[in-house]
Amino acid sequence: MSKFAKKKDGELPAVSTASLPDIVFMLLFFFMTVTVMKDSSIMVENTLPNATEIKKLEKKDRVIYIFAGKPTKEYSNVYGTETRIQLNDKFASVEEVGSYILAERAKKPQELQNVLTTALKVDKEANMGLISDIKQELRKVNALKVNYTTFEGDAFNNLQ
Amino acid sequence: MPRRKGAPEVNAGSMADIAFLLLIFFLVTTTIETDAGLDRMLPPMEPPTEEPPIIRQRNIFTVNINRNGQLLVEEEIMDIKNLRAAATAFLDNGGAPSGDPEHCSYCKGKRDSESSDNPTKAIISLKNDRETKYSTYITVQNELVGAYNDLRNREAQRLYGTDFVKMEAEYLNPETPSSVRDELKDKVKRIQELFPQKLSEAETSKNQ
Repeated sequence: MSKFAKKKDGELPAVSTASLPDIVFMLLFFFMTVTVMKDSSIMVENTLPNATEIKKLEKKDRVIYIFAGKPTKEYSNVYGTETRIQLNDKFASVEEVGSYILAERAKKPQELQNVLTTALKVDKEANMGLISDIKQELRKVNALKVNYTTFEGDAFNNLQ
Repeated sequence: MPRRKGAPEVNAGSMADIAFLLLIFFLVTTTIETDAGLDRMLPPMEPPTEEPPIIRQRNIFTVNINRNGQLLVEEEIMDIKNLRAAATAFLDNGGAPSGDPEHCSYCKGKRDSESSDNPTKAIISLKNDRETKYSTYITVQNELVGAYNDLRNREAQRLYGTDFVKMEAEYLNPETPSSVRDELKDKVKRIQELFPQKLSEAETSKNQ
């Protein structure tokens, strides 16, 4: 009889790992529900310019997005290749920006309505004419806080 | 006598591995992306009856961008790489003589009487063409904001021994405890008052 065989009696029973899958599934479901997949498909080319002096847009619920750029390949034969504005899921004209902002603002809770930021996600190839028009529209509806969304990177790369 | 047992239990030990695999997949693919960019305030629509305030020419720093992305700064052509230095020199000039109510005690500029009197009076006026490319505009904006940030950093280093940009990021971060934020608020405000961001954007010119 070996010394080692005897030890078996005093050994602790193995911890049951049967509930491990449940725990992991719980985590999995948490991540699956919390993850927000892209909510609107972008229909315009959207290569943002680079900048270094950037600030993060912290609170997502306080942001209204406006996209602008050339329509992507799928849409270019219908909508042409001129720079267009995209609001939610459709192309829009400059005049619609104001009413869109007002509609989005009305959807937000009362206490957030005065602290909203408009994030302009504009393709770097766009012309300033369109941006100026958007800015004028934003001024008309008193949405004065804007954020030119950019990537972090050397701003001089934009010039090439 | 054969012992009757139910169906043998399926080994569920590998279930955890499968679940982990899925979990890790979701963890990796999830990008809790936070957008970042240049924050700017647009000027409010002014009532048409209001008279524009009179500003001395030396307190205005004009930046013009033409359709080809070339810069005209204070009536001179300038390379975009030199813009930050030029803007910093203008803001930090502090031209008002000592004894004057507008004298700037913390400025380290040249004290040129032809340039800005005081950082609180200095205005940068940015004008662009309708055909200017957005990327050029962002670069110019970035350089101008950078000039302000450089000066604010300098003052924050002098007064509080830390960078303004860092302080502001911490102040804006919602995870910062409110006691820390209250303390930061005063500091951030103080620095902002030393170098207020006065960046005026004229409406774009159509043909120039």
